[in-house]
Order: sequence, then structure tokens, then C-alpha cells
Amino acid sequence: MADTKTSSPIITFDKVNKWYGNNFHVLRDIDLTVAKGERIVICGPSGSGKSTLIRCINRLEEHQQGHLTVDGIELTDDVKAIDAVRKEVGMVFQQFNLFPHLTVLENLTLSPMWVGKMPKKDAEEKAMIQLNRVRIAEQAHKYPLQLSGGQQQRVAIARALCLKPKIMLFDEPTSALDPEMIKEVLDVMIAMADEGITMLCVTHEMGFAKAVADRVIFMDQGQIVEQNNPHDFFNNPQSERSKDFLSKILGH
Amino acid sequence: MDKPMNTTTFQPIAARPAPINTEGPVAWVRANLLADWKTTLATLLIGGVLLWLVPQILNWAIIKAVWVADYDACRADGAGACWGVITEKYRIIIFGRYPFEEQWRPLIATLLLTSLLVASCMRRFWRAWLPLLWLVVLAAFFAIMYGNTLGLSKVETDRWGGLPLTILLASLSLVMSFPLALLIALGRRSNLPAIRSFCTIYVELIRGVPLISVLFMASFMFPLFMPPGVNIDVLVRVLVGITLFAAAYSAEVIRGGLQAVPKGQVEAAATLGLSYWQTQRKIVLPQALAMVVPGIMNNFISTFKDTSLVTIVSLYELTGAMSLALNSDSNWRPFTIEGYIFIALIYFVFCFSMSRYSHWVEKQVNKSKLR
Repeated sequence: MADTKTSSPIITFDKVNKWYGNNFHVLRDIDLTVAKGERIVICGPSGSGKSTLIRCINRLEEHQQGHLTVDGIELTDDVKAIDAVRKEVGMVFQQFNLFPHLTVLENLTLSPMWVGKMPKKDAEEKAMIQLNRVRIAEQAHKYPLQLSGGQQQRVAIARALCLKPKIMLFDEPTSALDPEMIKEVLDVMIAMADEGITMLCVTHEMGFAKAVADRVIFMDQGQIVEQNNPHDFFNNPQSERSKDFLSKILGH
Repeated sequence: MDKPMNTTTFQPIAARPAPINTEGPVAWVRANLLADWKTTLATLLIGGVLLWLVPQILNWAIIKAVWVADYDACRADGAGACWGVITEKYRIIIFGRYPFEEQWRPLIATLLLTSLLVASCMRRFWRAWLPLLWLVVLAAFFAIMYGNTLGLSKVETDRWGGLPLTILLASLSLVMSFPLALLIALGRRSNLPAIRSFCTIYVELIRGVPLISVLFMASFMFPLFMPPGVNIDVLVRVLVGITLFAAAYSAEVIRGGLQAVPKGQVEAAATLGLSYWQTQRKIVLPQALAMVVPGIMNNFISTFKDTSLVTIVSLYELTGAMSLALNSDSNWRPFTIEGYIFIALIYFVFCFSMSRYSHWVEKQVNKSKLR
């Protein structure tokens, strides 16, 4: 396995189970340890539980069994623990989820000002640094709906980065984008990967996985079926399900 | 022109007729009133009705109208509208049973309150001190109206009436019902079953009864449950009744807006560490309220007009004061139509202003959606 960075674990799933309602078993006995700074790509067919898996990490979904520890804090119903974890975890959604009634700059400064109690001027300075990083500073005073999809997703990434998270979660960040906009978002993510932030990314962008991932996780029916470094995963998949999946997405 | 070109000398073609006018009044009439036979027929029909109706209305309302306060002239054969009834009774219609010599007090109080209402609608006054100003102005309103201080004589609230009462009831119940409606709307979507059921029951109970019965209970039944010696002013009871009633309706409108805000917005706010109240205040409510401005304003306007129902519990607001003014005087009793037209105009001015204001608010809140 790709374990160049087996330093201290930052996320630990220990026999985590989750059901939607009473009978849909969406996560089955998940055991997963993520090392600090590790970059993981999670793939698998739709409905396999990959989005649910990363949404458990910042408690957008709650698990019913097992233990999930993030940066030394176990996630339970304890609201303080959830708040503490969310301070360390940034998230980027498929549908961007920018706040349409606020300008780009206000989207970025909202949390630092209201949660971090940062003065407006400082928050705006820090926000502009992040906007420069995703190369979109000139759009700071526009509203999200005035931007293209790729620009909106880059704003969403900048918004998450404003909180200086240790962990970034990406939930299919390029799936809602036109093909020509995918690259501008992936470029920003690749640049981020070089900075040592822990990344978990649900995506079918195999080029991205090959370029930056330390480990690829393949999920099916709520289980982690296979995990390996990208080179071995793509060239020598072990299970029938992953072979089948890869042949479908790489086939043409 | 039929001959081949090269065999003939140049011959200009005949001048084409000038194009049909597409501008100017003649063209407008042709395009809008006489486009085809259906339009023409409709034009003729509506035009005919107007030709028949407008002169009659003008005749009644202006040409043959009696403008002086002379009820014998009004009763003369062929007399039109009797606007003299307004000249004669306008002070009672506008100020109700408030003591005649003291009517400068409700005038000043109403001007104060109306100025505050207008100011509250303007962006430049949306400051932290605005609620404080409201408290000050309301205190002044009550001091001036009620008196018993500063050498003003005491005027009990049951003698307040007319337009000042209408404006007081409407503005206070709207200002108080809105925050209440927000809380109820949020409560109906709460995760806590106790809060959720309480808010649901509240809304269903209030919506299940007419405003008149709420006012009846506030006015006549509520005092029966009070221990002896405890007496809450009827104006306050009625005000609370209207507020609770309006809040239930506005809450449902607001809930509609809350449901239209995508779940992803709340999730994004959660990942950014915002608390429940921060999320509601900064993310959900601004978007939800922007969507329901027309519905909210609808409720406001209807509450404004619903204040006329307090007449049945013997508070003579504008409508009540009008019937009081005319019914108490047999000389003028036949001219209620003129009285109703007069107060209808007053209601219209207020409701139309609210409607225009709502239009402005909609434009403001939709700025972020403009590309």
C-alpha cells in the first residue's frame, strides 16, 4: 500500500456502520485510517456510499455504530465536539452551495467574521489572499450567480480555505461542471495538494487521482472493496467489481 | 418592366406607397384598438359602456354634487353626491369619539407615528437605534393620546378612534407579529418535537377561527378569566389578538420561503461552523424572506384592512368612526355612500403605498439574482 506518510493518523473509522431509515445499510463496517497530509481519492458506482462516507467526517451525516475520530476528537452527539471538528474540516460540494445573496467576498468573510470574530478588514485581507490563490480576485465584488460554474467552484474552495482547515473534503467537485471548466478547478486542487493539507476527494477524475492521490479507495454497496496506490489500482485492480468499474469509466 | 433590362433605357419603378405609420396616436389606435375584428368589437363594446358610464359618474360625483354642508340642498331633487357630509363630519370620521377640543392631540400623535412608519421603510434609517426610536415614539404617542401628564387631560383608550386608531392597531400589530411569525415559522421546522407541535397547533388553531371571534374572546371572554381587580386595557387585548392572528398567517408564508431554500445552503453554513441562529439569520432567512415579499405584503395589507373589525368590540377606528358619525345624526344618515367613498380613498392611499413599497423591496432583494 501507498504508505509513504504513515505518521500519526488524523481520521480513523473503526467499524463504522450507517443506515438510512431502517433498512438501507449505506455504510458497512468501514475501517479506514487516514494519515496527516495524505491525499485520498474515493471512487465507486453511484449509491456506493462514498459521499456519505466523507459527509460523516464533518457530521453532515451521523453514523449509528462504530467510532469515528477526527483530529483526536470522537464524533458523537456532543455539539461541542462537532463544532471543534468542523473548525478543522473544510468541504467543497458538487453544487458549490455558495450563498447567492452575498457577494463572493462576503461568502468568504462570513465565517471568519461571525464564527472567528475577526475584524472585517482582516477578514477581507485574508479572503483576498485566498481569492488570489484560486486566481479569481477580480470577481470579489460580484454575486455568485454572475460567475461561471468553474469560477463558482473555485470561490467555494477559497471559502473553505479561509478557515485554514487541516482536512479538506471534496464531494464530486467537478461533476456539475462543463468539461472545459473541470481543468481550472482541478488545477486549483492540484496546487493545494502540494501544500500538505489532508485531502479526501470523491471524484471520477482519474487523471486527478493519478496526479495527486497517495491512495485510491474503491467503494461498492457501502463497503471499501479495494484500496491501493493509484498506479497499482489502475493497472492491476484486484477485485472483479473494481475491474468492471474501471473498464466502464476508462473504457472509452 | 417586363422587357429585358439591356434593351431599354433606364425607367424608374413607380414610387411605392409610404409605409404605414408605426408611431404616433393614429398608429397606436390601429395597433391596439382596431387590430382585427375581435379587438374592434371589444373596443366598441367597452367604449360604449364607458361613454354611458363616465358621464353619469362625473355628473353624480362632480357636476351635480353638493359641496357645502347643507343637508337640505343634498336632499333636493336631482342633487348628486353630497360631499357636504364630509365637510360637516370629517373630524368625527377621522378622529372618532376623541373629545372635539382635544383633537389636535391625535393629529400630532398620528403625524409622529406616520413619519416613523415612513422613515422605517427607508434604508438610511435601518440603524441599530431604530427600535429605540420606535419605543420613544410609541411612548410619546400614548402620552399625547392618553394624557394625564404635562397638563393634558385624561382620555381613556375607549374614546380613541378614527384614523389614529387604525394606524396604531395596524402598525403595532404588524411590527409585533413579524418577529413572532419568524419564530413560529422556524419552530414548525424545528428538530425538537415539543416546539414543533406547539407551533403547529398554534397556527392551526388561529387559522381555524375568524378574526372576529378572536377579537370577541380578547374583548369579552378574556376578562372573565382574570382575577378580580386585574384589568387589562381593551385596546391592549385587541392589539394582542390581532397580532397573534396576523402572526399565524405570516408564519405560514415565511415557512413557504424557508422550504424553498436548498438544503445545501444549510450544509454549507454548517461546514463553515455557523451556529443554528447564525445560519438562520445570515443564510436562510435573507433568502427565504426575499422569496416571500409579495406574500408577506399581502398579509400586511389584509391586516391593515382587518383592523376595521375592531368596531364590533366598540373600538371606533376609521370605518367604525364613519358609521358612528353618520348614524348618530339623522340629518346626514342618508349619505353613507359618500362617507364610505371617503374612507375607501383613505384606505386605498395606505394600501397602495404598501403595495408600491413591496415592489421596491422586491427589486432591492433581487439585486443579487441579476446577471
